[in-house]
This record gives sequence, C-alpha cells and structure tokens, in this order.
Amino acid sequence: MSTTTETNAAETATQGFGGVQARSGAKLNAPRIAIKNLDFFYGDNRALKSINFDIPDRQVTGMIGPSGCGKSTLLRVLNRMYSLYPGQRATGEAMLDGMNIVAPDADLNALRAKIGMVFQKPTPFPMTIYENIAFGVRLHEKMSKSQMDERVEWALTRAAIWNEAKDRLDSSALGLSGGQQQRLCIARTIAVRPEVILFDEPTSALDPISTLKIEELIDELKRDFTIVIVTHNMQQAARCADQVAFFYLGELIEVAPAAQMFTAPKHPKTQEYITGRFG
Amino acid sequence: MSITLSSGAVPGPRKDPEVALRLGRRRKRTDLIIRTLCVLATLVGLIFLASILTTLFYRGFEAMNLRVFTHVTAPPGSEGGLLNAIVGSLIQAAMGTAIGTPIGMLVGTYLAEYARGSKFGDMIRFVSDILLSAPSILVGLFVYQILVLPFGGFSGWAGVVALSIIVIPVVVRTTEDMLTLIPNTLREAVIGLGSPKWKMIVFVCWKSAMSGIITGILLAVARVAGETAPLLFTSLGNNTWSTDLARPMASLPVTIYAFAGSPFEDWIALAWAGALLITLSVLLLNILARSLLRTRK
Repeated sequence: MSTTTETNAAETATQGFGGVQARSGAKLNAPRIAIKNLDFFYGDNRALKSINFDIPDRQVTGMIGPSGCGKSTLLRVLNRMYSLYPGQRATGEAMLDGMNIVAPDADLNALRAKIGMVFQKPTPFPMTIYENIAFGVRLHEKMSKSQMDERVEWALTRAAIWNEAKDRLDSSALGLSGGQQQRLCIARTIAVRPEVILFDEPTSALDPISTLKIEELIDELKRDFTIVIVTHNMQQAARCADQVAFFYLGELIEVAPAAQMFTAPKHPKTQEYITGRFG
Repeated sequence: MSITLSSGAVPGPRKDPEVALRLGRRRKRTDLIIRTLCVLATLVGLIFLASILTTLFYRGFEAMNLRVFTHVTAPPGSEGGLLNAIVGSLIQAAMGTAIGTPIGMLVGTYLAEYARGSKFGDMIRFVSDILLSAPSILVGLFVYQILVLPFGGFSGWAGVVALSIIVIPVVVRTTEDMLTLIPNTLREAVIGLGSPKWKMIVFVCWKSAMSGIITGILLAVARVAGETAPLLFTSLGNNTWSTDLARPMASLPVTIYAFAGSPFEDWIALAWAGALLITLSVLLLNILARSLLRTRK
C-alpha cells in the first residue's frame, strides 16, 4: 500500500505498545491546515504553547493526551469557538486556504461553515429531524424545497442514519437514541458541506455499538473531509487516525503517522502515555 | 500497593455501650418532638386553607347563577351581575400580559444570553427582583402619578400599564431561569454551524425554553388576575358596561373590594361569586402551568 520504509517497519510490528493495534500504511497527504507558533490563553493562563504541526488533507488526525493537556482547546481554536467567551484569545497562525483562522478580523460565520464540529454529547436541536439538517444549510445557502429535500437525504445517507430516519423526518429529533442523535449531529455538520470536521470525543457518551458505527463513519467521511478527532481512547486513535498528535501540559510533545506513533514513539512521555503509565 | 483495613487491634477510642444506648434514646426522643411540631404546623396551615376554601366555595356557589355572567353590576336591590367586571378583568389582564410579556422576555433574554456575568446585568437582575417583590400598591401609585394625574383621569389603559409592570419581572425571572438551564454545548452546536447569535437565540434557545417560559407567563397572568391595589388607583372601576380603555374600567378584584365592604347582602353575595371565579381561574392557570412543565420532562 505504501512505499516508505517507516510504514513497512510498522507493518511488521503491528503489535504496538500496550497492545494497541495501529492502522498501517499511512502516508500523510499535503497539509490542509498549517499551524505555526500557536499560543492560546485563558485569561493569563497559557494553555497552548507554541504549537507547530500540519493537519493533512482528507485524512484523520487524532489528538491524544491526558485531561487538561490542551487537545480540546486546540480543537476549539480551529473553529474559533473560544471567541464566544471573553478573556480567551489565541496568537500565532493556523492557515486554512490562505486565511489565518485566529486573525481578529476573520469572518467567523463563514469560517464555521468551512470547519464543522461534532461535540462530545449529542446536541440535537429542539425541532424535527428534517429541520435539524435544514437549519444549518439555510444559514449559508438559498435553495428550493426539492433541493433541500435532496440535501437532507444526502447528509442523512452520508451519516448512515437515513434508513432509520427516513420515515420520521417530521418527528422531533429528541426522540432518537443517543447514537442516532450523534449521527444526526454529524449529518447536520456535513450538510453544510464543510472542508474540515472537528470531533470532540464524539463517542465518549455512547455505547460500544454506537461507537463502532461512528468510527466506521469517520473512516468513510475522510474520503471527502479533513477530520480532526480528540479522543481519550487510545484504541480509537489507533483505529481511526492516520496521524496522531500527543499533547502534554499545553505542549505538542510528538506528532507522527499513527503506525509510527503506536509502534515507535520517539519521546519517552509519549511512550509512557500510550502504554498507560499515566493519563 | 494494597491497603490494609484497620482491625480492632488498632488502639483508639472505644465505644461505651451504655453511652451509645443513652444517646440513641435521646435521638429518638428529639426526633419525635420535632416531627410532632412539624405535623402540628402543617395541620394549622391546612386548617386555615381548608376553612378559607370551604367558606369560599360554599358562599361562592351559593351566590353563583347565570345572572352573574349576563348582567352588569347594578345598585343594591336590583338585578345585577358581574359581567362588566369579568370582561374588564379579562381585557386588562390580557392586555397587561400582552404588553408585559415581550418586554419581560427580551429583558430575560438579554440577561441570560448577553449580560451573563456582567455588572450591568447583575444590576438589572437586582432591580427586576426588587420589582418582583415590591408591594403592588406602589405600582398602582406610580402609574397614578405618571398616567392618571397628567392625563386627567382614571382609565383602562392606566390599569393595563400597572398590570404589565407586575407581569414584567415575573416573565424576566422565568425567561432567564429557563434560558440558563439550556446547556452551553447546545449554544456552541448552533454557533458551530456558522449561525449568528440572534438566530441561535430565536430558533434554538427560545424554542428549547418555550414551555418553561409559557409556564412563567401563565403564572404571571394568575398573579395579575387577582391584583386589586394597582387597579384601585388606575382603572378605578366602573359600574356600567364599558370596553373603552380610555375610560375607567371595572375589574373583578376592585368590584369584590367595593361590594364585600358594603352593607348590602346581594352585593356581598356577588363579591363571593367573584372571589370564587378568580380562585377557580387561578387554580386552572396553575394546573395548566404544572401540566406544561410535566410534559417538558
């Protein structure tokens, strides 16, 4: 599948640290988001310290690290969610399509249409399943009813929930199960047709079967979308990610293709975390 | 690393079984006394409530007949009803709610969505809470000063304004409380789609909080339905049929106030009937509000 010696080495040693099985054959694509010297502050508290790395196009980047390490903070920097809260600010660069995400004059609504986000807990809106999807689309596009029908079906299909939802599009989204709600939220996010999708621990509130479905979905979605996923679950990072970034105390300790990260981490801290000695 | 539980061999204070027994008996005795006091206090409260309600229902239903709803108030001794007072109360309560609700909702929304944690917001919340518990006669006097004196007389409009001032803080409170209950992740989910804040508030936050806000509005209606003091100085009351808000307007509470204090038996009977009507409608509004809250869960 791949020609680099690194991944060949990884394939021969798929049984990585702590029994974590990493996906092999990952060759990283060209960067979609380039992060340079990124700092983040909660008031005076510097929560991210000079972060530098690239997020490859149409692949999955997994961000791991113990609680409070800054991985979720970085995710919230990428769609400027922090701008909702006074006292939080970022400096440095996160370039997407020649635009600096953290620039003070960035058009936030347009940016968030490009960079969608799926949250830890499902967050269905208090409206019908159909309206949940159409709401986001209407924010950015004008279209006829039949076009909207098509878009809703497309998004629900891509999020692997069409079969369960097609007969109840006009009933409240709050009646869906937790796993279905989370897939609805994914559908809602992709309906806006973003370029990047951020997942903030998307399965930590779900049962194992729903988790599996979401992971399969992420694997499917990376054909069209660049994906960043924050996870506490090492196995999940290994199963889903092409590239893994390990954070500790606000610093990016190590970033590498997943296979390499889980078989031959360079930094002792990474090794300790992956083998479960702390975190 | 294993933790060994301390066993009896560990030296430490010993229990004296005699003392433990004595303490246990004392606890039981104290419990009995406190429990008796609580039950007695509840009984006293219930007795008053029951006697008020039975008297009200007995006298009210006794005085209730079709004429109450078909005739306007009349001089003692002639065939009179409460039609003008009922309609006046409905008009003023409805208008007062219609004016007070949007203002209250917007203020509550401002407090919950825009001014959270700000000094200015804290100040508005404080003032609104004072207004919530202010004696309603002050509201009546205030409106008397700004609307009745300068514009040459009592009017339905003045009553409407007084009632809306009472509605506002109730709606502010419930709107803010209900919006604060919405988890921030839901707000972030809307914003994350690229929505401007106002669309988030109107289409998601208000919608999520709607049943709670409606409950608050119903409770506000129930509150103004029985208000007498703010109407005494504003809409005054009217013994003839009038739906003209520019003129003095009758209302149930003011009519009850006037009739109950009179020496005429038929007026006093009508006052009981009016009191029963208000109580029943407040009861109905409360039941409605409660069932709304229940379907929410």
